[in-house]
Amino acid sequence: MLLLRNYWLGLSAALALLVSGGALAQSPLFTPIYEVLTHPRCLNCHTLTDFPRQGDERRRHDQLVMRGEDNHGAPTLQCSACHQEQNVAEDKVPGAPHWGLAPLSMGWEGMGPQELCTVLKDQSKNGGKDLQALLKHMEEDPLVLWGFDPGEGRTLPPVDHTRFVELLEQWVNAGGPC
Amino acid sequence: MFTIRVNGEDHTVDVPADKPLLWVLREDLKLTGSKYGCGQALCGACTVHVDDQPTRSCVMPISAAEGHNITTVEAIDQQQIGRLVQQAWQELNVPQCGYCQSGQVMAATALLTENRSPSDRDIDEAMSGNICRCGTYARIRKAIHKIADEQL
Repeated sequence: MLLLRNYWLGLSAALALLVSGGALAQSPLFTPIYEVLTHPRCLNCHTLTDFPRQGDERRRHDQLVMRGEDNHGAPTLQCSACHQEQNVAEDKVPGAPHWGLAPLSMGWEGMGPQELCTVLKDQSKNGGKDLQALLKHMEEDPLVLWGFDPGEGRTLPPVDHTRFVELLEQWVNAGGPC
Repeated sequence: MFTIRVNGEDHTVDVPADKPLLWVLREDLKLTGSKYGCGQALCGACTVHVDDQPTRSCVMPISAAEGHNITTVEAIDQQQIGRLVQQAWQELNVPQCGYCQSGQVMAATALLTENRSPSDRDIDEAMSGNICRCGTYARIRKAIHKIADEQL
Protein backbone atom coordinates (compact mmCIF):
# COMPACT_ATOMS: atom_id res chain seq x y z
CA MET A 1 0.00 0.00 0.00
CA LEU A 2 2.78 2.38 0.99
CA LEU A 3 4.63 1.44 -2.21
CA LEU A 4 1.57 2.24 -4.30
CA ARG A 5 1.15 5.60 -2.54
CA ASN A 6 4.76 6.56 -3.23
CA TYR A 7 4.33 5.53 -6.86
CA TRP A 8 1.34 7.88 -7.27
CA LEU A 9 3.13 10.72 -5.50
CA GLY A 10 6.11 10.32 -7.81
CA LEU A 11 3.94 10.24 -10.92
CA SER A 12 2.04 13.37 -9.81
CA ALA A 13 5.28 15.25 -9.23
CA ALA A 14 6.58 14.27 -12.68
CA LEU A 15 3.34 15.38 -14.32
CA ALA A 16 3.38 18.68 -12.43
CA LEU A 17 6.93 19.30 -13.64
CA LEU A 18 5.95 18.64 -17.24
CA VAL A 19 2.86 20.83 -17.05
CA SER A 20 4.72 23.74 -15.47
CA GLY A 21 7.50 23.55 -18.04
CA GLY A 22 10.13 22.63 -15.49
CA ALA A 23 13.85 22.67 -16.03
CA LEU A 24 14.10 19.02 -17.06
CA ALA A 25 11.99 19.60 -20.15
CA GLN A 26 13.86 22.71 -21.22
CA SER A 27 16.17 22.92 -24.24
CA PRO A 28 19.76 23.82 -23.34
CA LEU A 29 20.00 25.59 -26.71
CA PHE A 30 17.36 28.09 -25.66
CA THR A 31 18.64 28.79 -22.15
CA PRO A 32 21.33 31.33 -23.13
CA ILE A 33 18.90 33.00 -25.54
CA TYR A 34 16.38 33.26 -22.70
CA GLU A 35 19.02 34.98 -20.57
CA VAL A 36 19.37 37.65 -23.27
CA LEU A 37 15.67 38.11 -23.99
CA THR A 38 14.87 38.62 -20.32
CA HIS A 39 17.59 41.23 -19.85
CA PRO A 40 16.11 44.68 -19.11
CA ARG A 41 17.46 46.06 -22.43
CA CYS A 42 15.04 43.70 -24.20
CA LEU A 43 12.30 43.13 -21.64
CA ASN A 44 11.66 46.78 -20.77
CA CYS A 45 9.87 47.20 -24.10
CA HIS A 46 8.60 43.60 -24.41
CA THR A 47 6.19 44.19 -21.54
CA LEU A 48 2.77 42.78 -20.76
CA THR A 49 1.66 46.14 -19.39
CA ASP A 50 0.13 49.17 -21.06
CA PHE A 51 3.35 51.08 -20.46
CA PRO A 52 7.08 50.55 -21.03
CA ARG A 53 9.63 50.17 -18.27
CA GLN A 54 13.08 51.68 -17.84
CA GLY A 55 16.33 51.04 -16.03
CA ASP A 56 17.77 47.81 -14.70
CA GLU A 57 15.28 48.02 -11.84
CA ARG A 58 12.60 47.93 -14.54
CA ARG A 59 10.57 50.74 -13.03
CA ARG A 60 7.54 52.09 -14.85
CA HIS A 61 8.61 54.62 -17.48
CA ASP A 62 8.65 58.17 -16.13
CA GLN A 63 6.24 60.85 -17.36
CA LEU A 64 3.29 58.44 -17.36
CA VAL A 65 4.38 57.19 -20.78
CA MET A 66 1.74 54.85 -22.20
CA ARG A 67 1.77 52.01 -24.70
CA GLY A 68 -0.97 53.59 -26.86
CA GLU A 69 -2.97 51.87 -29.57
CA ASP A 70 -0.04 51.50 -31.95
CA ASN A 71 2.59 50.68 -29.28
CA HIS A 72 4.24 54.05 -29.85
CA GLY A 73 2.74 56.05 -27.02
CA ALA A 74 -0.31 58.17 -26.27
CA PRO A 75 -1.77 60.01 -29.28
CA THR A 76 0.08 63.24 -28.52
CA LEU A 77 2.88 61.93 -26.33
CA GLN A 78 4.55 59.56 -28.75
CA CYS A 79 7.85 57.78 -28.11
CA SER A 80 9.34 59.96 -30.84
CA ALA A 81 8.57 63.07 -28.79
CA CYS A 82 11.81 62.31 -26.96
CA HIS A 83 13.50 59.28 -28.56
CA GLN A 84 15.49 60.04 -31.69
CA GLU A 85 17.05 57.61 -34.17
CA GLN A 86 20.19 57.47 -32.03
CA ASN A 87 21.14 58.21 -28.45
CA VAL A 88 21.30 61.92 -27.71
CA ALA A 89 22.26 64.21 -24.80
CA GLU A 90 25.49 62.26 -24.20
CA ASP A 91 23.61 58.95 -24.21
CA LYS A 92 21.23 60.05 -21.48
CA VAL A 93 18.25 59.82 -23.85
CA PRO A 94 18.33 56.45 -25.62
CA GLY A 95 17.29 56.23 -29.24
CA ALA A 96 17.13 53.96 -32.28
CA PRO A 97 15.01 53.79 -35.43
CA HIS A 98 11.30 53.02 -34.83
CA TRP A 99 11.72 53.25 -31.04
CA GLY A 100 8.61 51.82 -29.42
CA LEU A 101 7.09 48.92 -27.53
CA ALA A 102 6.77 45.43 -28.92
CA PRO A 103 3.08 44.54 -29.33
CA LEU A 104 1.38 43.00 -26.27
CA SER A 105 1.36 39.58 -27.96
CA MET A 106 5.16 39.77 -27.92
CA GLY A 107 5.34 40.55 -24.20
CA TRP A 108 7.48 38.16 -22.17
CA GLU A 109 7.34 39.42 -18.59
CA GLY A 110 7.14 36.75 -15.91
CA MET A 111 7.65 33.85 -18.32
CA GLY A 112 9.94 30.91 -17.75
CA PRO A 113 12.18 29.66 -20.58
CA GLN A 114 9.75 27.17 -22.03
CA GLU A 115 6.77 29.49 -22.07
CA LEU A 116 8.79 32.35 -23.53
CA CYS A 117 10.23 30.05 -26.20
CA THR A 118 6.75 28.86 -27.15
CA VAL A 119 5.36 32.41 -27.31
CA LEU A 120 8.40 33.57 -29.29
CA LYS A 121 7.79 30.94 -31.95
CA ASP A 122 4.00 31.29 -32.05
CA GLN A 123 3.33 32.90 -35.41
CA SER A 124 -0.11 34.06 -34.25
CA LYS A 125 1.72 36.16 -31.65
CA ASN A 126 5.06 37.05 -33.21
CA GLY A 127 3.86 38.84 -36.32
CA GLY A 128 3.95 35.74 -38.54
CA LYS A 129 7.67 35.10 -38.19
CA ASP A 130 9.06 31.64 -38.81
CA LEU A 131 12.41 30.68 -37.27
CA GLN A 132 14.42 32.25 -40.08
CA ALA A 133 12.46 35.49 -39.79
CA LEU A 134 13.01 35.51 -36.03
CA LEU A 135 16.72 35.08 -36.63
CA LYS A 136 16.72 37.93 -39.15
CA HIS A 137 14.82 40.21 -36.75
CA MET A 138 17.27 39.59 -33.94
CA GLU A 139 20.26 39.78 -36.26
CA GLU A 140 19.37 43.00 -38.09
CA ASP A 141 16.64 45.06 -36.46
CA PRO A 142 18.21 48.36 -35.36
CA LEU A 143 16.15 48.38 -32.18
CA VAL A 144 17.49 44.93 -31.26
CA LEU A 145 21.02 46.04 -32.12
CA TRP A 146 20.64 49.05 -29.83
CA GLY A 147 20.14 46.64 -26.92
CA PHE A 148 23.68 45.38 -27.39
CA ASP A 149 25.15 48.87 -27.71
CA PRO A 150 22.89 50.94 -25.49
CA GLY A 151 25.42 53.60 -24.58
CA GLU A 152 27.02 54.98 -21.45
CA GLY A 153 25.45 54.04 -18.15
CA ARG A 154 23.41 51.03 -19.26
CA THR A 155 24.17 47.38 -18.55
CA LEU A 156 24.56 44.92 -21.40
CA PRO A 157 22.88 41.58 -22.08
CA PRO A 158 24.99 38.62 -20.91
CA VAL A 159 26.54 37.93 -24.35
CA ASP A 160 27.53 40.29 -27.17
CA HIS A 161 25.51 40.47 -30.37
CA THR A 162 27.88 38.30 -32.43
CA ARG A 163 27.63 35.52 -29.87
CA PHE A 164 23.88 36.01 -29.59
CA VAL A 165 23.47 35.45 -33.34
CA GLU A 166 25.64 32.30 -33.11
CA LEU A 167 23.41 30.99 -30.32
CA LEU A 168 20.30 31.82 -32.35
CA GLU A 169 21.67 30.04 -35.43
CA GLN A 170 22.35 26.92 -33.39
CA TRP A 171 18.85 27.05 -31.96
CA VAL A 172 17.22 27.68 -35.35
CA ASN A 173 19.27 24.94 -37.05
CA ALA A 174 18.09 22.52 -34.39
CA GLY A 175 14.48 23.37 -35.22
CA GLY A 176 13.92 25.85 -32.40
CA PRO A 177 13.55 23.41 -29.50
CA CYS A 178 11.90 24.68 -26.36
CA MET B 1 23.88 73.75 -44.01
CA PHE B 2 20.38 72.70 -43.04
CA THR B 3 17.06 74.04 -44.24
CA ILE B 4 14.15 73.75 -41.85
CA ARG B 5 10.57 74.92 -42.21
CA VAL B 6 9.49 76.84 -39.12
CA ASN B 7 6.06 78.43 -38.75
CA GLY B 8 5.55 78.15 -42.49
CA GLU B 9 8.86 79.70 -43.55
CA ASP B 10 12.04 78.03 -44.73
CA HIS B 11 15.25 78.94 -42.92
CA THR B 12 18.74 77.82 -43.89
CA VAL B 13 21.26 77.63 -41.08
CA ASP B 14 24.95 76.79 -41.06
CA VAL B 15 25.28 74.76 -37.87
CA PRO B 16 26.69 71.36 -36.81
CA ALA B 17 24.43 68.38 -37.59
CA ASP B 18 23.99 67.54 -33.92
CA LYS B 19 22.99 71.02 -32.80
CA PRO B 20 19.63 70.62 -31.04
CA LEU B 21 16.64 72.16 -32.79
CA LEU B 22 15.93 74.20 -29.63
CA TRP B 23 19.21 76.06 -29.93
CA VAL B 24 18.75 76.66 -33.65
CA LEU B 25 15.35 78.17 -32.86
CA ARG B 26 16.62 80.28 -29.99
CA GLU B 27 20.08 81.31 -31.19
CA ASP B 28 19.89 81.27 -34.96
CA LEU B 29 16.25 82.16 -35.60
CA LYS B 30 15.77 84.26 -32.44
CA LEU B 31 12.57 82.42 -31.59
CA THR B 32 12.98 82.40 -27.82
CA GLY B 33 9.48 81.29 -26.83
CA SER B 34 10.61 77.66 -26.53
CA LYS B 35 12.53 77.29 -23.29
CA TYR B 36 15.56 75.33 -22.18
CA GLY B 37 14.75 73.36 -19.05
CA CYS B 38 16.63 70.10 -18.61
CA GLY B 39 18.23 69.41 -21.98
CA GLN B 40 17.28 65.73 -21.66
CA ALA B 41 13.62 65.60 -22.73
CA LEU B 42 12.54 65.22 -19.13
CA CYS B 43 10.61 68.44 -18.50
CA GLY B 44 8.86 69.51 -21.71
CA ALA B 45 9.73 73.24 -21.53
CA CYS B 46 11.21 73.05 -25.05
CA THR B 47 8.14 71.41 -26.65
CA VAL B 48 7.44 72.37 -30.26
CA HIS B 49 5.30 70.64 -32.87
CA VAL B 50 7.04 68.58 -35.52
CA ASP B 51 4.44 67.64 -38.14
CA ASP B 52 1.81 68.49 -35.50
CA GLN B 53 3.28 66.12 -32.89
CA PRO B 54 4.64 67.58 -29.64
CA THR B 55 8.39 67.02 -29.71
CA ARG B 56 11.19 67.89 -27.30
CA SER B 57 13.33 70.23 -29.36
CA CYS B 58 16.20 70.11 -26.85
CA VAL B 59 17.11 66.57 -27.95
CA MET B 60 16.20 66.69 -31.63
CA PRO B 61 19.30 67.18 -33.77
CA ILE B 62 18.85 69.77 -36.50
CA SER B 63 19.72 67.02 -39.00
CA ALA B 64 16.55 65.16 -37.95
CA ALA B 65 14.38 68.26 -38.26
CA GLU B 66 14.98 68.76 -41.98
CA GLY B 67 11.98 67.99 -44.15
CA HIS B 68 9.47 68.44 -41.34
CA ASN B 69 7.01 71.19 -40.54
CA ILE B 70 7.96 72.79 -37.26
CA THR B 71 5.58 74.99 -35.31
CA THR B 72 6.66 76.98 -32.29
CA VAL B 73 4.63 78.83 -29.68
CA GLU B 74 5.24 82.06 -31.58
CA ALA B 75 2.84 80.87 -34.30
CA ILE B 76 0.43 78.73 -32.30
CA ASP B 77 -2.20 81.49 -32.38
CA GLN B 78 -2.48 80.90 -36.11
CA GLN B 79 -4.32 77.70 -35.24
CA GLN B 80 -7.86 78.04 -33.91
CA ILE B 81 -7.25 75.69 -31.01
CA GLY B 82 -3.90 77.23 -30.23
CA ARG B 83 -5.60 80.60 -29.99
CA LEU B 84 -8.31 79.20 -27.70
CA VAL B 85 -5.65 77.64 -25.48
CA GLN B 86 -3.80 80.93 -25.13
CA GLN B 87 -7.03 82.78 -24.36
CA ALA B 88 -8.09 80.24 -21.74
CA TRP B 89 -4.62 80.38 -20.22
CA GLN B 90 -5.04 84.12 -19.80
CA GLU B 91 -8.63 83.99 -18.56
CA LEU B 92 -7.88 81.40 -15.91
CA ASN B 93 -4.51 82.92 -15.09
CA VAL B 94 -2.89 79.52 -15.61
CA PRO B 95 0.80 80.45 -15.50
CA GLN B 96 2.62 81.33 -12.33
CA CYS B 97 6.29 81.89 -13.14
CA GLY B 98 5.49 80.95 -16.73
CA TYR B 99 8.73 79.23 -17.63
CA CYS B 100 7.15 75.90 -18.63
CA GLN B 101 4.03 77.39 -20.13
CA SER B 102 4.99 77.60 -23.78
CA GLY B 103 5.57 73.84 -23.60
CA GLN B 104 2.25 73.40 -21.77
CA VAL B 105 0.45 75.42 -24.44
CA MET B 106 2.00 73.35 -27.22
CA ALA B 107 1.08 70.07 -25.50
CA ALA B 108 -2.47 71.22 -24.72
CA THR B 109 -3.02 72.46 -28.28
CA ALA B 110 -1.94 69.12 -29.72
CA LEU B 111 -4.15 67.23 -27.26
CA LEU B 112 -7.27 69.28 -28.00
CA THR B 113 -6.62 69.13 -31.74
CA GLU B 114 -6.47 65.34 -31.57
CA ASN B 115 -9.17 64.89 -28.94
CA ARG B 116 -11.86 67.55 -28.56
CA SER B 117 -13.32 66.03 -25.42
CA PRO B 118 -10.42 64.70 -23.35
CA SER B 119 -11.05 62.92 -20.07
CA ASP B 120 -8.87 63.56 -17.03
CA ARG B 121 -7.02 60.38 -17.96
CA ASP B 122 -6.44 61.63 -21.52
CA ILE B 123 -5.09 64.87 -20.09
CA ASP B 124 -2.77 63.03 -17.71
CA GLU B 125 -1.43 60.82 -20.48
CA ALA B 126 -0.86 63.71 -22.86
CA MET B 127 0.48 66.28 -20.40
CA SER B 128 2.57 64.29 -17.90
CA GLY B 129 5.75 64.93 -19.86
CA ASN B 130 5.36 68.65 -19.22
CA ILE B 131 6.54 69.46 -15.73
CA CYS B 132 5.48 72.60 -13.85
CA ARG B 133 7.48 73.44 -10.75
CA CYS B 134 4.90 76.02 -9.70
CA GLY B 135 2.27 73.26 -9.61
CA THR B 136 -0.23 74.85 -11.98
CA TYR B 137 -1.53 71.43 -13.00
CA ALA B 138 -5.02 72.00 -11.58
CA ARG B 139 -5.43 75.21 -13.58
CA ILE B 140 -4.03 73.56 -16.71
CA ARG B 141 -6.59 70.78 -16.37
CA LYS B 142 -9.40 73.28 -15.75
CA ALA B 143 -8.42 75.34 -18.79
CA ILE B 144 -8.35 72.28 -21.07
CA HIS B 145 -11.78 71.18 -19.84
CA LYS B 146 -13.15 74.71 -20.22
CA ILE B 147 -12.09 74.87 -23.87
CA ALA B 148 -13.45 71.38 -24.58
CA ASP B 149 -16.76 72.03 -22.78
CA GLU B 150 -17.48 75.55 -23.99
CA GLN B 151 -15.69 76.11 -27.27
CA LEU B 152 -15.19 72.86 -29.18
